[in-house]
Amino acid sequence: MQKTTRRSRLSRQRLTAAWLFLSPMLIVLFVVAAWPLWRTVWFSFTDASLDLMSEARWVGFRNYLEYVDFGDGDGQYYGLLTDARWWRSVWNTVWFAVVSVSFETVFGLIIALVLNQQFFGRSLVRAAVLIPWAIPTIVSAKMWAWMMHDQFGILNDMFLRLGLISERIAWTASPDTAMVAVLIVDIWKTTPFMALLILAGLQMVPGDIYEAAHLDGIPATRIFRKITLPLIMPAVLVAVVFRALDALRIFDIVYVLTPNTDATRTMSVFARENLFDYDKFAYGSAASTLLFLTIALITVTFIMVTRMDLEGKRA
Amino acid sequence: MTRLPKILACAAATAFMATGAVAADLSIVHGSVGRDQEVLRSQLDKFEAETGNKVTIVSMPESTTDQFGQYKLWLAAQSSDIDVYRLDVIWAPQLAQHFVDLKPHVDDIIEDFVPAAIESQTVDGKLVALPMFLGAPALYYRTDLLEKYGEKVPATWQELTDTAKKIMEEERATGNSDMYGFVFQGAAYEGLTCDAQEWVHSSGGGRIVELDGSIGINNPKAAAALDLAASWVGGIAPEGVLNYKEEDARGVFQSGKAVFMRNWNYAYALAAGDDSAVKGKFGVAVLPAGEGGESTATLGGWHLGVSKYSEHQEEAIKLVRFLNNYENQKERAIVTSRPPTLNAVYTDAEVGEKQEFIPLWKPVVDNALPRPSAATLRKYNEVSAAFWTAAHDTLSGKAPAAKNLAKLEAELKRLRGSRW
Repeated sequence: MQKTTRRSRLSRQRLTAAWLFLSPMLIVLFVVAAWPLWRTVWFSFTDASLDLMSEARWVGFRNYLEYVDFGDGDGQYYGLLTDARWWRSVWNTVWFAVVSVSFETVFGLIIALVLNQQFFGRSLVRAAVLIPWAIPTIVSAKMWAWMMHDQFGILNDMFLRLGLISERIAWTASPDTAMVAVLIVDIWKTTPFMALLILAGLQMVPGDIYEAAHLDGIPATRIFRKITLPLIMPAVLVAVVFRALDALRIFDIVYVLTPNTDATRTMSVFARENLFDYDKFAYGSAASTLLFLTIALITVTFIMVTRMDLEGKRA
Repeated sequence: MTRLPKILACAAATAFMATGAVAADLSIVHGSVGRDQEVLRSQLDKFEAETGNKVTIVSMPESTTDQFGQYKLWLAAQSSDIDVYRLDVIWAPQLAQHFVDLKPHVDDIIEDFVPAAIESQTVDGKLVALPMFLGAPALYYRTDLLEKYGEKVPATWQELTDTAKKIMEEERATGNSDMYGFVFQGAAYEGLTCDAQEWVHSSGGGRIVELDGSIGINNPKAAAALDLAASWVGGIAPEGVLNYKEEDARGVFQSGKAVFMRNWNYAYALAAGDDSAVKGKFGVAVLPAGEGGESTATLGGWHLGVSKYSEHQEEAIKLVRFLNNYENQKERAIVTSRPPTLNAVYTDAEVGEKQEFIPLWKPVVDNALPRPSAATLRKYNEVSAAFWTAAHDTLSGKAPAAKNLAKLEAELKRLRGSRW
């Protein structure tokens, strides 16, 4: 009995201390995350426009779904949920996220496995691999835009010289290749990030397991499948979630690299367009809110399906 | 900065202000194309020397669509960071409430300006911005190539298509494999709205939205014009034109890789420059017309407005007046080939001699077709986006023009609702 009270008093003290230390972070989090998020959700239920935000009036779900009666017995549904352009951008975003994250995971894994080996100049190569990740996205997007330019671009020039193509390709302009161009740039840029996270996971694997496996004469592919992969899986999954979150918010590469068309417009581009270019701040807020919900939904589903260990209980 | 010097600086500034002898720090924001920024800077240097004020240029991206988003953010936040904005000709109806009414401040000189320019910047009797320079596109053509193949400057879009095709193919056959027939602004942005409006209107297809707000864009003549334009892409125009803005098109033409180009006046001074591959080998003409239609040029231009949230309005107005005085307009006309907004500059002998383009363009500017920003008010940007989307979908071959225009009509009707 006495033991329990002592423990609870101690844990109470610890709990108080924990909250005390947490509170500055929570306040900051509220100011920079929760408050703007709440504002956005609120604006999505109003008729706000960018330069008249203070005059916003509550309009309910009209930005999401609304039936407009034309007065002549005819009518039609309007709103984000019936907007073909919105659904097209949702599809673009999800497709982009799935393809880019898949490629980045595989490439990242390969690079991480190579970098995990001992070889001369390894630290230099590790640093060099990070360069694409270190360049600001907007800069690398512009850089690639020039490299992919149909007339002056180095890519077309190289391919022409090598005889791979017979005519210059308008990489970023043509609807058929614009999304591919975005994928190329994103994979180039973000694979190092994946490699780094996976490499960190690889280095946690104790070396004596491998020694034992070698002594037993187990083939390398089997070691990889039965030892390496399961042990680094948690790291890979964390990396995938991080990347997927980022990929679903993709904006800058699309915006800089490609023309503003249905072929590449993502949810973020759609939201920005309505928020700032058009006089529809509320509609853009609704799009942002749905974007937030989509990301939240996908993340939660992913964490539940893969039974990711967020609490660190199994560690 | 520690506190004491800060306080001292504040006190000093206040003291200066009280005596009225303070030199203000002004900011001017604009998007730079061609040599705009260079010339602006040199004129600002003169202003600084004359008045003791300091002026900083805040530069923006080339795309007017991008600029507008940022401008709206600044204005919505009532930011005093920017004192003078360089505004696109189409923005006045949407931004009027954020700018100082310049009318009382320019009463003495307003008569000297091109009336159409003043009119385009007047909203409910308020002068939102003082016109800085106008824009009306030209057809740039290669005189040497037309001569070589015995062709004349095309008067219709069909003629342009045929001539461009012929010269392009012959040039390529002689080993000039990079040659294209025609370049223009085909990216999905405001520039395409200008280009496509010219194709449609010059073919008798009417305006995007008529002056009275009615929507007649879904008609066979408009569809035919857009379909013809779509046939250019991948043919006489490189496929990359689908992502070309002004400077991309100029890059191709100026490096000698295109027979024809549709571009604004600014490109003339650059293409005629010493580092240009086509120097002395090109001319300009009014844009071609459609069959049985009349040549149409979209009215462009950039104008200077003073932010209502500026803390130095008086100095900012002085700056606007200074940049638009005769001397500076004349310099811009000569150096950047931008059509001036003062009537008198067009007849200036020196301008005519050094930039023969300018006096010729007075009638084009006077008759240029405005975009429907006055009719559609705050919805203009969306109207324009819907229109350029229809045009871009046609150009990229996603669907024939008739289908895209039917979709556009429905979209415009939805946007309009009961009224614009």
